[in-house]
Amino acid sequence: MLSEGGSFIKGVVLGGLFCLVVSLLSSFSSVTESNTDDHHHHHVKAASKDELKHFSDGQLLELNNRIQVYCIIMVQPKNLVYWATTLDTWSKHCDKPVFYTSEASKALEAIDLNEKDDWSRLRKALTHAYKNAGDLRWFFLAQPTTFAIIENLKYLVLTKDPEEPFYLGRAVKSGELEYVEYDGGIVLSYEALKRLVQVFQDEEKCPEKGRALWKLSEDKQLAVCLKYTGVFAENGEDTNGKGLFNTKSVDSLIQDSMRDNPTDVVEGCCSDLAVTFNGMSPNQMQVMMFGVYRLRPYGHDFHDLLTFYPPEGSDND
Amino acid sequence: MRKVRNMSTWIFTMGMVTGFLSLHLLFSSMVSVEKVNNSVQGIKPGTGHQDPPAGERDNKTGNDTRILCWIMTGPKNLETRTKHVKETWAKRCDKVLFMSSVKTDFPTVELNVSEGRDNLYWKTIRALQYIHQHHLDEADWFLKADDDTFVVLENLHHILSRHDPEKPFYLGRRFMPFIRQGYMSGGAGYVLSKEALRRFVKGFSTGECTHFSSIEDMALGKCLETMKVEPADSRDEHGRQTFHPYPPDYYIVRQPSRPRPWYLIYDHYAPVEGPGCCSDFVISFHYIYAVQQYVLEYLTYHLRPYGYKYRFKPDEKAQVNKTENINLL
Repeated sequence: MLSEGGSFIKGVVLGGLFCLVVSLLSSFSSVTESNTDDHHHHHVKAASKDELKHFSDGQLLELNNRIQVYCIIMVQPKNLVYWATTLDTWSKHCDKPVFYTSEASKALEAIDLNEKDDWSRLRKALTHAYKNAGDLRWFFLAQPTTFAIIENLKYLVLTKDPEEPFYLGRAVKSGELEYVEYDGGIVLSYEALKRLVQVFQDEEKCPEKGRALWKLSEDKQLAVCLKYTGVFAENGEDTNGKGLFNTKSVDSLIQDSMRDNPTDVVEGCCSDLAVTFNGMSPNQMQVMMFGVYRLRPYGHDFHDLLTFYPPEGSDND
Repeated sequence: MRKVRNMSTWIFTMGMVTGFLSLHLLFSSMVSVEKVNNSVQGIKPGTGHQDPPAGERDNKTGNDTRILCWIMTGPKNLETRTKHVKETWAKRCDKVLFMSSVKTDFPTVELNVSEGRDNLYWKTIRALQYIHQHHLDEADWFLKADDDTFVVLENLHHILSRHDPEKPFYLGRRFMPFIRQGYMSGGAGYVLSKEALRRFVKGFSTGECTHFSSIEDMALGKCLETMKVEPADSRDEHGRQTFHPYPPDYYIVRQPSRPRPWYLIYDHYAPVEGPGCCSDFVISFHYIYAVQQYVLEYLTYHLRPYGYKYRFKPDEKAQVNKTENINLL
């Protein structure tokens, strides 16, 4: 009897040890994953109407008024028409639109970074924006060839805390690196920008002259530097999972949809609350202002839970 | 003795299984607690498109007036153009007729007229006679459009709500030359009241109107003038145009101050170039092909700035002055 009990106990101990070893081996890989960042989502969705209803009117009003966007717009004199068009169109909807140029232009004013190298110039602009942020906690980085709808950007980040690191846009993968495409516009929360500006000091992780023998594009470079600080690219999406940041024009996306969803072209195309498009001509951008901020069918009311007023002194919105 | 040894092996194995399973259960209950703490805040999709379904309209948009759309097309355009019109704005007409020279399952109505610009007025006359004969009671207003016109029906309803369909009126983009009271651009589309339609058809049956020209819009304008149908002003409360014979970029793009370009020469009301050209509640654009039909559909009915308080609010009686940003210089 005793020997039976003894062998049972031996069995339990051996079985337990075996289980321990097996689970230690399997959790070893998952432990390394969760150590990198407890904020590791791959997409960030706008708040749904139901989610917003959980806020009181007072809270929503506070969020509404508190969200302010600093637009970092990287221009060059050789792109003067786009520069002027952006100045005249969507940038008026930024709380603080700031144009950073590679060299001064006689025609338009901007902060002259006096820097020809794209990556160095971007670093300078981001550093300047961080230092001059004031109360603004959200940063939108774009080129003047992009068209943005800032109200929809605000809606996307409405319930997100800018003291958390957010790095959003059209997120794509290149090998192991997930990054946000420049053409679709890049959104950074205050915390993300803070960490970025800090890592700029680290020549090892984030060299000023860019890494490797071949030049990485600025958007990939940005992703590499941010990754060192524990900030990862996330895809900005609406409540249906549709991407909000586009690197193509409306025309181009509609064409794609005509090919892919011929019976449901518009529904299958782009989000109602898209934030960016890219690749339109300056004239098309002027038409977009009309299409976005004016053109609509009489009698359709949306009862949105937020309120954004038209900017002062503007006649095309 | 062999029996005893099998027994103890069996017990030993039982022990191993017990030990393994109990520890495994212990570990998995610990891990699931961790997972809950790290969960993502993604909420299930909600919204979707919020405007009222196509059939419903409240009183604001036109007191239940019905619009019959007749669209001038031809066999070679059905696949390349008309199909996309049918997929987009034509669905919002209370009744839609596609007028062609050949009857098909599209469906198209066969008018006994061949295709071609020279036959355009004949086609128009036959189309109006056909509508008068078969569909007069199905609508209050009759819209003519081409297979490359884009129309926002809700905005047409809004403009028409000012008028009585039993009175002889027609609306569109008013041109001034050739006809004393002017005429409406064919390309931009035009709308006849029920009474106007009756008078047009009557004009041809009594001989007061004839096919004196193949220039459809001008000739129609002449007939309506003869039959005492009045051209109404289709501009919005700020005097901005609603019907447009060309695509949006012809009008909206800012231009330096200049004499009227060729495409604005005929305008009866002094045209404005740049953002003040066009009403928020646009009714039509012309020369809109395939891709552009869907683009305009997307821009009009889908893409919008969330929470935006539009500047143009024709229903508000008083213009409220926002005191927040008064500049005290």
